[in-house]
Amino acid sequence: MKDGATRDGYGAALVQLGKSHANLVVLDSGVSDSTRTKQFGEEFPGRFFNMGISEGDMVCTAAGLARTGKVAFATSFACFLLGRTMDQVLVSIAYSNSNVKLAGTHTGLAVGEDGPSAQMIVDLAYTRAMPNMTVIQPADWEEAVQATKALANYFGPAYIRLGRQKLNGIYDSSYNFQIGKASIVREGSDVVIFATGSLVQESLLAADLMQSKSISTTVVNISTLKPLDESLIIRESKKHMAVITAEDHNIIGGLGDAICQVLTNNQIALPFKSIAVGDRFAETGSGPELYEKYGLSSTHIIEAIKNVFSKKAI
Amino acid sequence: MENTVLTEKKLLELQIVARDLRRKILNVIFHAGSGHPGGSLSATDILTALYFGGILRYNPKNPNDPKRDRFILSKGHASALMYCVLAKAGYFSEDKLLDYRKIGSELFLSGHPHPKTPGVEIASGSLGQGLSVAHGIALGARIDKLNYNVYVVLGDGEIQEGQIWEAAMSAAKFNSNNLIAIIDNNKVAQDNLTEDLKNIEPLIDKWEAFGWDTYRINGHNMEEIMNTLLTPMDSVKPRLIIADTIKGKGVSFMEGNKSWHGVAPSEDDLNKALTELE
Repeated sequence: MKDGATRDGYGAALVQLGKSHANLVVLDSGVSDSTRTKQFGEEFPGRFFNMGISEGDMVCTAAGLARTGKVAFATSFACFLLGRTMDQVLVSIAYSNSNVKLAGTHTGLAVGEDGPSAQMIVDLAYTRAMPNMTVIQPADWEEAVQATKALANYFGPAYIRLGRQKLNGIYDSSYNFQIGKASIVREGSDVVIFATGSLVQESLLAADLMQSKSISTTVVNISTLKPLDESLIIRESKKHMAVITAEDHNIIGGLGDAICQVLTNNQIALPFKSIAVGDRFAETGSGPELYEKYGLSSTHIIEAIKNVFSKKAI
Repeated sequence: MENTVLTEKKLLELQIVARDLRRKILNVIFHAGSGHPGGSLSATDILTALYFGGILRYNPKNPNDPKRDRFILSKGHASALMYCVLAKAGYFSEDKLLDYRKIGSELFLSGHPHPKTPGVEIASGSLGQGLSVAHGIALGARIDKLNYNVYVVLGDGEIQEGQIWEAAMSAAKFNSNNLIAIIDNNKVAQDNLTEDLKNIEPLIDKWEAFGWDTYRINGHNMEEIMNTLLTPMDSVKPRLIIADTIKGKGVSFMEGNKSWHGVAPSEDDLNKALTELE
């Protein structure tokens, strides 16, 4: 298992894909060293387009390239990649069903010191709300590599949500990522946590610490946020007494809402708690400090586990 | 395109085609009960030259031929013009035009274009995106070592969108000399005269400064349009053609009148207009 940031897995996968996929092109908007597309650009200069600081132009140029049979990865910091381009993504990519993969790095409060303008916490809401759009957030380096490769072989618009911070490895090369499939990373019996991205790690930490308190916790990695793995979510929810969701994203429009919808549409009534940013802008500070202060750290997940467990039906 | 000989007979034929298209545009908008006549009539001569003057290489029997020239209507509200042109070019039969803006339209003849319609490359309708998309296609041609051109028609009001200027810089950066942008400069936007809304001039100075090979023509003079389109491309620069046009061209009571931006003619207005276009 390899430790590393998901952006690093993305960049490494692009270089491998450049060799196997002659129709793969990569675009960036002037931040290629930070988004890790730089190496692809050095190895495949004819298929790398640094469009400068103009994200709207970049995503539409990617759509144009896609119309010529390319699989186009358009990359930037998520706050700009999506924040500046919702209209362009909606019309030229989603509605046109263009084969563009939007790769947004530096997501969530984990970005830290650059402050709330750089901490993208509404991107899952944006992208989930768009018809035709597939939405993926890998939980570690290995999954980022595999998800990037899976997207290169998948036709259709997609968003891959990546992070800057280094994450502990969860998966080794025996893992088999599939679009639309969730994976159980820890088996328990009392409480189930559906987590995504960096919050999978926080959830694993919380689950381990709760073991000594005799609450047995399952952790499911929801790496495809759309389409959701509904059958697994229903099955695991029914096997447990309470449900928690965990994400580094605003509480509106992200994983929590998505899971709620599955549960309510299937008449599954269980104690429930969403771990997410509480519909407010955070502040500057380190990622771990912000996770602690704004309710995303393992400490908060532990509290949530105790809370929902205490409300379980007897 | 290289072999096109511009005879007087050819010019006359194109003018007849344009007049016929204008009649069809008004008919389909009348039938739909809504649409955008003004900006469709202003760009009619430009699209006539592209599609019927031997400029665009296309094959309606194989709409996705990789070697085809591409056309993008970035000012997507002129969809009535686009669909009438595609029908006339043979992409689908003209009776399908009666589905324009109607629910269940088999060919998806929506108020703004979408690639479900044969001959449409990408969705438009949100102004400012088409030049970037066209440039992306132009870059794709380079990767594939194909020599097709990409043509895009922009509205004059549309270039108030900042993304147009992002794309202008990009196409110059990448020396995309297979990209031809044509501004349908009808000088009238929905609310106002474009110059009162927000002045876009001096156009030539701006596009020259952005690194484009620029031309300014009368967008209703078929000979000027054809000669400009037939002029060989610069060795590196993308091309920008400012086509000075008249909104609602061909119908006296629509010409230059902003109130005909986005309304369908009544039956009386239609009949008057068709009489003028005989």
